[in-house]
Amino acid sequence: MIAVADLNKAFESRIRLGIMSVLLVNDWIEFVELKDMLQVTDGNLASHLTALEKLEYIQVRKQFVGKKPNTSYAVTQAGRRAFNEHLDALEKLIKARE
Amino acid sequence: MENKLEPLETLTEIRALMERSSRFISLSGLAGVFAGTFALLGIAAVAYRFKLPYTLEGYQNQAVNMYGNPNPSFYKFILIDALLILFLSLSSAVLLSTRRARKNHLPIWDKLTQRVLWNMFIPLSAGGIFCLILLQHGLLELVAPATLLFYGLALLNTSKYTYPDIRYLALSEISLGLLGSFLIGYGLLFWAIGFGIFHIIYGARMWHKYER
Repeated sequence: MIAVADLNKAFESRIRLGIMSVLLVNDWIEFVELKDMLQVTDGNLASHLTALEKLEYIQVRKQFVGKKPNTSYAVTQAGRRAFNEHLDALEKLIKARE
Repeated sequence: MENKLEPLETLTEIRALMERSSRFISLSGLAGVFAGTFALLGIAAVAYRFKLPYTLEGYQNQAVNMYGNPNPSFYKFILIDALLILFLSLSSAVLLSTRRARKNHLPIWDKLTQRVLWNMFIPLSAGGIFCLILLQHGLLELVAPATLLFYGLALLNTSKYTYPDIRYLALSEISLGLLGSFLIGYGLLFWAIGFGIFHIIYGARMWHKYER
């Protein structure tokens, strides 16, 4: 079990993995789009987004489209690095098992 | 919801999400085959209607009258023919892609689709305007290669949001457009290759690779 310690606890949940995967390959993604893609409830998604934001893995942009508030998310440099390290660790784990 | 996943399962899921969220993957290869077939039929119709011979000279005799002016009925026929091909190709692409999206439970009209269409629209409209300018200057021979060139650039511009195969189709169309600008006068032949044969080949390959 060499690489388990390298796995980032912040990405243990399925939803956070989903959020990071989507944000890594897109510029800015709106809350609603993220919700549709990941098929989760508002509250669930919001709490995971807040957690990732606190870790400074994602950044938030709030705008108004007409009178409607519109929130978009993007990955930060730190988030990109952390997630890539997490993926590397996952890959090592798989290779170690083979 | 907080279940921990096996590493392999996790990686597979991550890859799928990345793909689905950043690429328009509902594009159907069959749409390419249809578009290519319509193009070939349309060009065959021109050849048949004006009894085009295989030589360049005979072709020019049809396109230009004996005073060197463009033959209006020839160009009118080609214009209507091209619009018909465009309409049929676009409708079949929309129908087939919608069908495929529905089958895979993917949204058809989302931000990604809009981004693909917008990226396509900009070079295509620039090309359209450029062709009108060519016509105005009387450079009729350059119109066919210019359409191929700009169509290739439009495809290249969208290729990062869809299957990588589109990139190769784009490069083929661009090369053909450039070649056609050198070998002036074979417009219809280059159209048949670019819009007909290339579409059929790449469409069939994409269908074979992703949809079977």
